[in-house]
Amino acid sequence: MRRYAYAVPYWLWIALFVIAPIILIVYYSFFDIEGRFSLVNYETFFTPVYLRMTVNSFWYAFLITACSLLIAYPTAYLLTKTKHKQLWLLLIILPTWVNLLLKAYAFLGLFGTYGAVNALLEAIGIGTKQLLFTDFSFVFVSVYIFIPFMILPIFNALEKLNHSLIDAARDLGASEWTTFRRVIFPLTLDGVKAGCQAVFIPSLSLFMLTRLIAGNRVITLGTAVEQHFLVTQNWGMGATIAVFLMIAMAGIMAITGNKKWGVRQ
Amino acid sequence: MRKLLSLFLLVWLITFSLLYVVRIIESSEGYRGGNTLTIYNWGDYIDPALIKKFEKETGLKVIYQTFDSNEAMMTKISQGGTTFDVAVPSEYAISKMKEEGLLLPIDHSKLPNLRYIDQRFLNLPFDPGNEYSIPYFWGTVGIVYNRALLGGKEITSWNDLWDPSFKNQILLVDGAREIIGMALNSLHYSLNDTNKAHLQQAKQKLDKLTPNVKAIVGDEIKMLLANEEAAIGVVWSGDAAEIMWENERLDYVIPKEGTNLWFDNMVIPKTAKNIEGAHQFINFMLDPKNAAQNAEYVGYSTPNKKALDYLPKDIVEDERFYPSEQLADKLEVYENLGKSMLAYYNELFLQFKMHRK
Repeated sequence: MRRYAYAVPYWLWIALFVIAPIILIVYYSFFDIEGRFSLVNYETFFTPVYLRMTVNSFWYAFLITACSLLIAYPTAYLLTKTKHKQLWLLLIILPTWVNLLLKAYAFLGLFGTYGAVNALLEAIGIGTKQLLFTDFSFVFVSVYIFIPFMILPIFNALEKLNHSLIDAARDLGASEWTTFRRVIFPLTLDGVKAGCQAVFIPSLSLFMLTRLIAGNRVITLGTAVEQHFLVTQNWGMGATIAVFLMIAMAGIMAITGNKKWGVRQ
Repeated sequence: MRKLLSLFLLVWLITFSLLYVVRIIESSEGYRGGNTLTIYNWGDYIDPALIKKFEKETGLKVIYQTFDSNEAMMTKISQGGTTFDVAVPSEYAISKMKEEGLLLPIDHSKLPNLRYIDQRFLNLPFDPGNEYSIPYFWGTVGIVYNRALLGGKEITSWNDLWDPSFKNQILLVDGAREIIGMALNSLHYSLNDTNKAHLQQAKQKLDKLTPNVKAIVGDEIKMLLANEEAAIGVVWSGDAAEIMWENERLDYVIPKEGTNLWFDNMVIPKTAKNIEGAHQFINFMLDPKNAAQNAEYVGYSTPNKKALDYLPKDIVEDERFYPSEQLADKLEVYENLGKSMLAYYNELFLQFKMHRK
């Protein structure tokens, strides 16, 4: 009985802040802008505008995740080899303590026509380039913001890795590359999956950066949700997009999720 | 279980004692029920010296809170739990708030200074008879441009923006009505047009502007233009004044096809606790000297005719901010087009944003 009592706050939390909002979102998605019950929002979602937006969102989220992974894996690998692991780790986590908006504003200054990056490009003879409001800067800043969430799970997986397995592989004559491909990477796959989830899912619904860094040249589903709730006040359409985002996220969780879960517990 | 309970109790105790301390601090500073006035305004939209002066004259304590969009302000007022005595929404928000019963009528007999307001700015379609609102500032939507960066080229009309030599040079403000309105104006349609064929035409015209558009941004537009990140910006006149203050190479123009005329107005929300004080404050702000001081500080155009006498000549004679009657005839106030029409405007704007170069 007592054990259940301790679970009460948890269940209350889940019911109030997870289940209730989801039910509300699904409920709102069935109302049109005049507050009448209808399926018009779902029809609108399947028009070319929103389908293209969905494809765009997935494409950018994929780019952001792929770039993060490409940088994060070697970084995490090197981290496990360094002397002051905790210090390095702290340095990587540190930027996540700074508010996202502040970081975005900092990049407005850095990437500007007269910003530090362009001053450097000018100095080494490449010349001033338009950095702000391009696809490049959008992906770059997003990767910068999300990369700690990719490094950490991979780092943890690498740390947990049993070293004798690597030694065994080398003793049996595997080259370094083969050892990585056949032993290290498969054994840290769970960390990679967790990292991909932590990056892909939030980048699917990014919205502030699309305006600040991409100058509204990149429109994702998140941007549309924000606009429908705050500007148009078409809560129904905003909720409908949110429903599809949730379905997409659940799908991603299912694909990348750890299938051994049920067995272990 | 007992541990859990005592933890709960502790949190409650701390919360309430903190609330109590806040009350003590507030009352020691003179904030008592009945003698405070809560003002809900846009950020940096009043001369703080005027608040001090008002407190001195009336003995009321002013609590000044700010918002950054009409929508956020309306949501906060309609949800209740707030005690805003005076708010300053834009005109289209006023017709919405009126419909939703969020406003209290204003007693004109308590506002002797109302006679100083220019007749042009009274009795407008969004609030006939000024039953619920008193104009605070007004302005236009226009083009800020950097003469030096454009090599001395002049911009006088909306249609100038489509000049192919302005490739990647234009920053647009992130507002559906402003940008669709700009396209409608450039086609010589009304910016309250609800004819879907005209709106489609406007959207197609906007798509052709895409190569010239560098970005569609929010408040950052001021910083970006002042830093010469782009040579041209479509902005509100008030923002323009602020940008030109920071960078003198910039100039503002009201396009000759006509544009939007907007108002920010003082209203008394239904949440008001100090209605008497709210009237006192509105009357105080209508005083010509105070209005002039405020206009000089904020940089927007005052609707107070008498206040113009107290303002420096170069401000009053500046046709960019106090346009001639001839141009003023071409300015239009946004009408409340209704939710579904507004959604249509926003949908077109979203499609324009998604149109790639």
